[in-house]
This record gives sequence, C-alpha cells and structure tokens, in this order.
Amino acid sequence: MSEKSITASRRHMGLKAASRVSNTLIHILLTVISVIWLIPFVFILLQSFRVESTWQVGYVVPKTWGFANYINLFDSDFPRWYMNTFIVAVVTAVLQTVIVLCMSYTLSRFRFKGRKLLMRFMMILGMFPGMLTMIILYRVLSDLGMTQANAVPGLILVYIASSGMGYYVSKGFFDTIPKSLDEAARVDGATRFQVLKKIILPLSKPIVIYTILTAFMAPWGDYVFAQYVSMGTSAGKNVAVGMYGWLNKDQIASRYTMFCAGGVLVALPVTILFMCLQKYYVEGVTGGAVKG
Amino acid sequence: MKQYTDLEYLRLNRLQRLGYRLASGFRAIPKKLASFFAGIGRGIGKAGRAAANEFSDIFTTFINGDFKTKMSYLVMGFGNIARGQVLRGLLFLLFEIVFIGYMVLAGGYWIGMLPSLGFQGREEVMSKGKFGRSVTTYVYHDDSFKILLYGVLTIFFIIAFIYTWRLNIKQNQIAEKILKSGKRLKSGRDDLRSLVDDQFHKTLLALPLTGIVVFTVLPIIFMILVAFTNYSGANDGRVNLFHWMGLDNFNAMLNWSSGATSYAATFGEVLAWTLIWAFFATFTNYFLGMLVAMAINKKGIKFKKGWRTILVLTIAIPQFISLLYVSKMFAKDGLINLTLMDLGIIDMEHLLPFWEDPTWARITVILINIWIGIPYLMLITTGILMNIPADLYESARIDGANAWQQYSKITLPYMLFVTGPYLLTSFTGNMNNFNVIYLLTGGAPTNYKSTAPGTVGYTDLLITWLFKITQGAEAKYYLASVVGILVFVVVAVISLIVYNLLPSIKNEEDFQ
Repeated sequence: MSEKSITASRRHMGLKAASRVSNTLIHILLTVISVIWLIPFVFILLQSFRVESTWQVGYVVPKTWGFANYINLFDSDFPRWYMNTFIVAVVTAVLQTVIVLCMSYTLSRFRFKGRKLLMRFMMILGMFPGMLTMIILYRVLSDLGMTQANAVPGLILVYIASSGMGYYVSKGFFDTIPKSLDEAARVDGATRFQVLKKIILPLSKPIVIYTILTAFMAPWGDYVFAQYVSMGTSAGKNVAVGMYGWLNKDQIASRYTMFCAGGVLVALPVTILFMCLQKYYVEGVTGGAVKG
Repeated sequence: MKQYTDLEYLRLNRLQRLGYRLASGFRAIPKKLASFFAGIGRGIGKAGRAAANEFSDIFTTFINGDFKTKMSYLVMGFGNIARGQVLRGLLFLLFEIVFIGYMVLAGGYWIGMLPSLGFQGREEVMSKGKFGRSVTTYVYHDDSFKILLYGVLTIFFIIAFIYTWRLNIKQNQIAEKILKSGKRLKSGRDDLRSLVDDQFHKTLLALPLTGIVVFTVLPIIFMILVAFTNYSGANDGRVNLFHWMGLDNFNAMLNWSSGATSYAATFGEVLAWTLIWAFFATFTNYFLGMLVAMAINKKGIKFKKGWRTILVLTIAIPQFISLLYVSKMFAKDGLINLTLMDLGIIDMEHLLPFWEDPTWARITVILINIWIGIPYLMLITTGILMNIPADLYESARIDGANAWQQYSKITLPYMLFVTGPYLLTSFTGNMNNFNVIYLLTGGAPTNYKSTAPGTVGYTDLLITWLFKITQGAEAKYYLASVVGILVFVVVAVISLIVYNLLPSIKNEEDFQ
C-alpha cells in the first residue's frame, strides 16, 4: 500500500468515527427531546389516577391509585360538555369540509372574472382579528336564541360560516393535479360537475381526509368563542371552557386531578383518530401549508 | 449612493452585500410608495371611467331598445318573460318585489335611523298596580345595535339591487342582439344545465361566499363602525342608546399628551411586546424545528419514523389541555416549584416567579411556545429539506465544504426562499396567537401602571387585550374595535413591506 492511500484510508476512518460520534450525540439529543415532549402528557395520565389528594402536589407518581377522578367526572357537567363538543366537532367536520372543498376547487380550477380580486379581498379580510366579530355574532346569536344552553347550533353556524376563508391548503393540493386531466374529460363531453365527481374527487382522498381531520380537531380546542356563546351557563359549554373553569383559583384545589382525568378522556379519541390518519395530515401539512 | 453593477456586487464581501441590499431596499421605498399611490390614483380614474361608461350604456340601451327593453327599466324581468326566458324573468321580478316590500316595511326605517342611531332607549313607566303599589314597567323603543346592524344590511341590499337592476338591463340588451342575429335564446333548462357546467363556479361559490359575507364581511364592517361610536357594556343600545362619536375613540387611544398614564402608552407597550413575541415565536420555532428535522433526516439515524411519530403525536392533543396543564406546572404552587422545594434547591421564600415576574413570564411563554411549535415546524421543514437536490451537497462536499458551510450556503437559502410566504403568515399568525397566551398566562402579571381598560398584563398581546376589553359589564366595545383596527393596520403594513422584500412572488400557475 502506498503512503498516500494509507493516509486516505486513515482519514476515511477518522471521518467515519466522527460521524459515529455525532450520530450517537444526535440519538441522545433526540431521546432527550422525545422525553421533554412526552413528559407533560405522561404526568397528566399519572395524576389522573391519583386518589389521595385532589390538588397540586410535588410528586407525580400517585401514592394510591384509583379511578375516583374518572368516576367524579360523571357526577359533574363533564358528560354534557363532552357531548356538546363531540356534536359540534362531527357536524363541523362534515359541513366545513364541503365548504372548503367547494371554495378551493373553484379557485384552483376556474378562471373567472374577479377571481384574483376575490382572493386578494379574502387575504385582506384575514388580516382583521377574527375576535372582533365575536361581539356582534354573540348579540345576533342571542337574538336568535342560539346562546347559553342552546350554544351548540350557534357554535356550529359560526365555525362553518366563514370556513371558506381557509381554502389555502386544499387549493395548494388541487393546484398540483394536472389541468390536462380536466381538459381531456371536457373534450370528451363531460360537464364541469362530472369532471369534479368522476376525476378530481377520486384523486383528492388525502386532502379530503386532511380537511375533515383538522375541522374535527379544531372545536375540541376552541376556547374563546365557545366561552362567549355559553357565557353564564354550564349546559352550553364545551370541554375547553368547562375545564378551564376547574383550574380557577377557587376550584383548582378540588378539581385538579379531575382536570387531568378529563384531559385524558378528551385527548384519547382525538389522538387515536389522529394517529390512524397521521399519513394524510403529514401530507396536507407538508404539501399545502407552504404553498398556500 | 452608488449603484453597483453585477460584477462589482459579486466582489463585495457578505457584510457589504447585506448593507448594500438594505440601503437599496430603503432607497426604493419612496419610489414604491409613489407607485403605490399612483396605482391608487389610476384605479380611481379607471373606476370613474367605468362608471361613466355604465351610465352612457344604460342611457343608450334605453334609447335604442324596443318596448320590452324599455319596460324592463321599471319592471325587472319583463323583457326576459316577454322573450320566453320565463325562469330568469320570474327571478328578477321576485327580487324586485321582495326588495320593494322590504324597503317599504323595514328598510326605510333602518336607513332613516342610521344617522342618529335612535332617539329613545328604554323608558320606565310608573303605574299603579294592585293594592295601590306603584309598579315600574319597561318599554323598549329604539335599539342602536339593531339600527346599526340592519342599517348596514340594508345598504348591502340596496347595492345588490342596483347591481341586479343593471344586470337585468344588460340581459335585455344582449337578448335583443341575439334575436336580431337570428339565433335562439337560452331556455330555462339551458340555464339550469349551465349551473353544473360552464357556470359551475357560481354554484360552488354561492354557499361559501354567502357565509363569508354574512359572518365575516358584515361583522367586520359593523365593528369598524363601532369604533366611531360609544357602544359599551353600559351603552348597550337597548337600555341606553349609543351614538356616533367621530374620531374621539382613536384620539383617546392614540393621544400621547398625558404621558405615561395615557392609553397610548399602554398601547405602545403591548404592541412592542406583541412584535417581540411574534418575532421570537416565529424564528425560534422555525430554526429549532428545522434543526430537529435535519437531525432526524441525517444519514445513519435510526428509528426515523419513531422520532417523528412521537413529535407528531403531541400535535394531536388539544392545545387547551397541554397549555393549561403546563401553565399550572409552572405556577407558584405548581409541580416544578414544589419539586425543587422538596429537593431543597429553593425554599418557600424563593419560589421561582415564572408567572409573577414580567421578564420571567415573557421568557417562559416563549420557551413553552417552542415546545408547542417544534413538532409542526419539524413536519413542514422535513418535506422541504428532502426536496433539496442531493447532488448540491455532494458537490459541496467534494469542494471541501464543512457542515456549517453546507447549511449556510445551501440549506438555509433554499429554505428561506421556499418558506418565505409561510414565515410571513406565521409571523402575523403569532401576533394574533390568542390561545397560547391566554391559556398560559391570561396576560399575567398585571401591569398596574396602566390606566387603560381591560386590566392589561405584561404578557398580553393586542389580541388578548382586545378580548379582555370586551369582557364583563365594564366592556368597552368601541375601544376594542379601535384596537382591532390598529391590529389590522399593523398586520397589513408588515405584510406589505415583507411581500415587497421577498425574493420572488411565486406565480401560482407555475405549479400546474
């Protein structure tokens, strides 16, 4: 072996060793990150089984395990809140998906007068803080009798009504389906509606699922509008508003572990659904969010 | 300042280049502003000409039109029905009848009351009830809230009517032309068919746009108008009327004359923190998220899918649970302080003031936001990182570039180029990030120096402050809408500047 090739192979070995070291470091780093990211959820889970005390304590693993917190949930308004949120989430998921898809498909596929203007207009509308409109929407809804105990239809109406503004992600997706497909079908005599039904929709499964999933998940976490609409009554609250109250100064001592139990019950179905459909969520986020 | 040619520019070092780009960027601002206003001027001119054309067209159509057309100026849809397009004609006619009926029965009242917003609110009527006791009953008269709302709605309706009336005339004109050339008019069946074919976009957009107009456009216009009234919890419009106040509210919010105790001082402080927060929330998440994505993507890392799944899992859990839980964890009597006390690191007197000290609180929300945001950013950046052509790195490595050079010369420029628009929306989104701030701190710790309504705190963003102003019996809706309008102005200005500085505004047709 010549001198040169020896140094080369030594250098190669050195590089390999260096990359092994850095890979080990990265593995350690990723483990630390994973622990940090998961730990609060593990804590919630553990504390939901604690029965010896109901307030915040300086340890995590319960001394006495039990289901008391879960049982207590059913003596509170929690089941009602849960049902409210669930109904809102399901109905919103369906209707919002229809609206968003109509909007994004049209803006992606049709070239009509005023299209650019419409998109720019919606962009400007989006710059207004949405919270501003809640005051008036609350008044109108309360005149229609859709607040307090009847908050569910009111919430659904407000969630879906303006959902057309969130068309960006799915428009980005439709933009990537080649237009030549439509044109070929049009030449063969298909109407626009047939093109949508027979060609575009079958290709759009990922984005449809993504839209349903995000629309379903949003109402579980909405605090601000739900708080407005249900103001003053317990029966119209959703889980976020109801459980927020449990952590107030006057309730936290008796409700803290119940909050954890409730959190587990809320997070479980959403998380399971999310994990099953994770593939589509990732596709939607990586494909659409940036282009939009 | 000297303008460089391309070759001269390439000879500059990096710092000089940056300085040059910034300087020329700022130099271009007057020019851009000038062209912006010139554009507005041109737009107004164009609109004026278009309006003049419309009027002359309406006039000449009337002069040249036949009897059916002339009749349609008064009875909408007459021409359509007379020419056999019954469906269209009936719709026109129906719309006219509904409009006239509405204006006579209600619309006239709302429009008429709009300048005053009502004359009399709730009236107390004393009467002798049973057993000679005096009984107070309440009689409600005008309602400023409804007057403002229905007044705006009526104006919308009038505009829609004028548009439809114009459409009706245009259709007569077109129909005459078609018949003259000997062709057949579209029948009602053709019209219906076109709704799923070449007019399909109208069918698809009808529902979403109605929702947006009724639930977004109308409320926004209403709330902009509220900024010019004294609508508040006390002056709710029903019991006590509210009235037009002109620019008084803007003056109250932005007037600096009373110094540190003025609302303007509070507004300035909250705005400054909002911008700082948005900056850190956006860029810490962006760079750390990218770092995590690169770490997972790196060759030789095992369980790539597993790491990603763990992070993605945390996206699924509703934010209010994690945020509220973490918020309590950092509280004075929370898990972290209690644990540190048990370990003997701190004592009762020296609890860590995560939410009590302004600086601690601000840093803590930014750190927790990193915890919230990284998984999402990791997902977004993973996809883009994989799209960077591998041969770029290959050739860089052959030329002897180290990891940092590869990152700063290839990865970062590519990422910034692709994610530029995303960074902008994420920045403005963070400015309005209600959930994270409100659920974590509720704006605490309270800023007792401020005299502004809404008990503003040191971590309050403009948006959470706005929310607080609208709460309770002391609510001052007019001030909230002033804040809302100012938020809009700030967001719009930032977006305009950034859009102009972005390397390229992508062409949407490129993707297809």
